[in-house]
Amino acid sequence: MGPRMNSSAQGTRRIFLRKFALCSAGFLAAGWLYPVRLLAAQWNKPAFDSKQLDEVLKIIGATSAIESSQIELKAPEIAENGAIVPVEVTSRIPGTQSIYVIAEKNPQPLVAIFDILPGLEPFISTRIKMGESAKVRVLVKAGGKFYVTSHEVKVTIGGCGG
Amino acid sequence: MADAMKIRARLQGDVADVKVLMFHPMETGLRKDPISGDLIPAHFIQRVVVTHNGKVVMEAQWSMAISKNPFVNFRIRDAKAGDKITVGWEDNMGAKASIEAALN
Amino acid sequence: MTRTLCLARLLAVLLLTVCSAGQGYASPEQDREAFISAYRARIPDIPIESYVNGALMFSADALAQFNSIMEFPPFQDDIDRGRKLWEAPFRNGRAFADCFPDAGRAIAGNYPYYDSRSDKVVTFEMEINRCLRENGEAEFKFADKATMGTVTAYARTLSDGMRTNIKVEGQRALAKYERGKKLYFTRIGQYNFACSSCHLVNAGKILRTEFLSPTVGQTTHWPVFRGGDNLNTLHMRYRRCMEQMRATPFPAGSEELNDLEYFQSYLSNGLPLRASVFRK
Repeated sequence: MGPRMNSSAQGTRRIFLRKFALCSAGFLAAGWLYPVRLLAAQWNKPAFDSKQLDEVLKIIGATSAIESSQIELKAPEIAENGAIVPVEVTSRIPGTQSIYVIAEKNPQPLVAIFDILPGLEPFISTRIKMGESAKVRVLVKAGGKFYVTSHEVKVTIGGCGG
Repeated sequence: MADAMKIRARLQGDVADVKVLMFHPMETGLRKDPISGDLIPAHFIQRVVVTHNGKVVMEAQWSMAISKNPFVNFRIRDAKAGDKITVGWEDNMGAKASIEAALN
Repeated sequence: MTRTLCLARLLAVLLLTVCSAGQGYASPEQDREAFISAYRARIPDIPIESYVNGALMFSADALAQFNSIMEFPPFQDDIDRGRKLWEAPFRNGRAFADCFPDAGRAIAGNYPYYDSRSDKVVTFEMEINRCLRENGEAEFKFADKATMGTVTAYARTLSDGMRTNIKVEGQRALAKYERGKKLYFTRIGQYNFACSSCHLVNAGKILRTEFLSPTVGQTTHWPVFRGGDNLNTLHMRYRRCMEQMRATPFPAGSEELNDLEYFQSYLSNGLPLRASVFRK
């Protein structure tokens, strides 16, 4: 409407918009119109493309992450095979929103981001590729703040066994 | 037809422990074809979405550094027998797959 | 430490001497017990049942990774392809299951066996090929991952848990067993190592950053998927090891490797099989 819109018209429009928003949310919650295609657009390309650890941390906003013993990170001491390194994370930090997995010396250090939405335990187990011996760094975003822990994983190329 | 993924969902009290194995080459884009010598293009799952009775409980963004034939294990709260769990993925080439399981 | 090394070396020499002197053979059962005694002496804390894990038994860190990966192995799709190969009917309508007792369940532990009719050691893979041959189908190449490797990746799992049960009965069978044993103790290649050099005398030690696995238990877990996706059969592994000694390897499915497998499998009698496992 124009700048001369009177308050009652604005009020009506506001109510209309709010109802529409609730309607859409209802569809989404039902899993009806949950287009995975839409989500594919939400892939943090700058963070994943970055080849520098410092840049990754800056992009995701984790430059002042606090060391935390409340993040339990299970990863091998010496990886059997760098192509398949089991990594398990349990966060005991209240309000855990996301878990980030970084392999510091990979060509692109950021490996994965897991968004822990209501209803999911702050626990993730997966398998990652590591190009060489490095720290696996796990960040937890909780209450808008970042927390971090890490674990050195050695990656070797065996002799006769390989 | 071969499955795109396999799922194992087990109820432990009111928590569903879900393990998923996805079948995907997760090519990094850094590997050379042993015969032609050409670089094999990057081809990997970028997005994963998990729902519980229609509600999204997990969203993941992956790089090509998740292992080939990706494995992921997560745990869903307030779960009971009969609940529906779906796991869907989309890769960098636009391919999609999803699987549904009912808890028992 | 030195004493056990001497003991193992003495054992090796003793066995070989008895062999070549032609004065009569130590029985396979005596050999198996001698091997186990030698291993118990140098690896006192690990029960023989754990030997099926091979080099993994020396590292809790490595074993934990193995168990984690084996909970839901990434090569499940390869095993499923193997299942399709196994179940696909031949042109005459029959299938692999028809060639084996109990549709192929709980049989792999009986292989290899000595067949008096052909006077040859018969491996499980040879039996797969016999089934193909007798049903008018082309045989698989022993070292082909896509066919023999893949079908056995599934077929061998039908015997998971079965205890190795190799029989060496009669003079001819014994002769094949002894031939395999002789190969095991024969130095080969530019490195001039025998199987026994690493896997008997030095089992549990580290060579080139890897733990050396003992021979007992080695034949129980094939094929393996190296790195989770690279299928290797036992004969492929024998060949690779021979190449690593800078020796020309015997062909997969050759009588030499069959006899070696016969000897080695006997040493694992009593140990449970588990096919299609992860290895580094």
